[in-house]
Amino acid sequence: MAVTLKPQTIETVQTDPMVPVPYRVLRVRRETKDTFTFELQAVTGERFPFAPGQFTMLYVFGVGEVPISISGDPAHPEILVHTVRAVGTVTKVLCRLKRGDILGVRGPFGSSWPMAEAVGNDILIVAGGVGLAPLRPAIYHVLSHRGEYGRVALLYGARTPGDMLYKKELAEWRGRFDIQVEVTVDAARPDEWHGNVGVVTTLIPRAQFDPYHVTALVCGPEIMMRFTILELQKRGLRDDQMYISMERNMKCAIGFCGHCQYGPNFVCKDGPVFRFDRVKGIFGKREI
Amino acid sequence: MDTLERLLSEHPFFKDLDPRYIQLIAGCAREVTFKAGEFIFREGDPSSHFWLIRSGKISLEVFAPGRGPIMIETLGEGDVMGWSWAVPPYRKQYDARALELTRAIEFDAMCIRGKCDEEPKLGYELFKRFAQIIGQRLQATRLRLIDIYGSHS
Repeated sequence: MAVTLKPQTIETVQTDPMVPVPYRVLRVRRETKDTFTFELQAVTGERFPFAPGQFTMLYVFGVGEVPISISGDPAHPEILVHTVRAVGTVTKVLCRLKRGDILGVRGPFGSSWPMAEAVGNDILIVAGGVGLAPLRPAIYHVLSHRGEYGRVALLYGARTPGDMLYKKELAEWRGRFDIQVEVTVDAARPDEWHGNVGVVTTLIPRAQFDPYHVTALVCGPEIMMRFTILELQKRGLRDDQMYISMERNMKCAIGFCGHCQYGPNFVCKDGPVFRFDRVKGIFGKREI
Repeated sequence: MDTLERLLSEHPFFKDLDPRYIQLIAGCAREVTFKAGEFIFREGDPSSHFWLIRSGKISLEVFAPGRGPIMIETLGEGDVMGWSWAVPPYRKQYDARALELTRAIEFDAMCIRGKCDEEPKLGYELFKRFAQIIGQRLQATRLRLIDIYGSHS
């Protein structure tokens, strides 16, 4: 006797957070020597609504799964965008995927940047290295709701001009005149770079914002975030005005497995975005 | 208060400095302008001056044979350039070049050292401020040593 699957059964399978949904690679763009941006679309054509700061689990079939922040525009959920640096086994294979290839996607997962809570405030965005990728959806959101926020400053640091992400967009944002964009690199040749040289924390004293009415969004390697917070505190920011995005070894992404435990939190479920005062006691502790 | 004294008291480096001291050190200072591309000093030059940058941008560079000049830091509005004037052997350790038209206040180091000897409280105040600058630059250098954006992170 033939068995007919009820639509309800199919729906249940597709929304199981542990089951990857097939996505097709639409476009690959090389950002730096080891970092690529992928545009993906569900094979079914389904949209992928998400909040800025959330992440997905990308599954390269037969290789493994990795957590990657979403770096696309939340106003365009028909395309899922990820920027990936080839650093481990899975990401190295992932970065070799071509247009038309299929991979699995689970998500979106985790907490998000406080875009609603920050309405009415100045916005200060501090990014280091590939940390600009998880912040890009927040930048898109701020720029498309520009009237809801006060002064906006983006401070971005990279090792060299060749390691910078989204160069074209940085130039476009800078050209808008309603956002302060400052970029710095650790070292550069004078014939290849005309911008700032120094670590990203040196840009903080010249950022324009009202320290009493600002929300700071910070993302980058943990050590960069530590020193950024120290500089922001010097400018008078309170701990509850600063948000950071944490990175840990995430596996299940729904708070079951405990791989990403961070003190009393699971980074996958309670994070990756944390208000700083909520993790202040454990942030930077080498035992945690 | 004349123009130079006003400019000095408005610069962040001299914030809250006693007006008597501002008046005293103004005698060692003058306004200068550097054109884009102009070298302000070269590595090995006698360290006879330091500068408060009022506007523009300056790069500190090291020339590495086979690699050419490498920018190791840029300084801009509100920054101070040069502290080797304060410690022997009073020699510049880098090249400094204006990246764009830059306005600054230039201090004669020998004159300032003389004022500090005459007025030790001024010397103490100045050296506290320079110690802060040196500390900030040391920390920035350490952060670059650990490669805070590195792929291992």
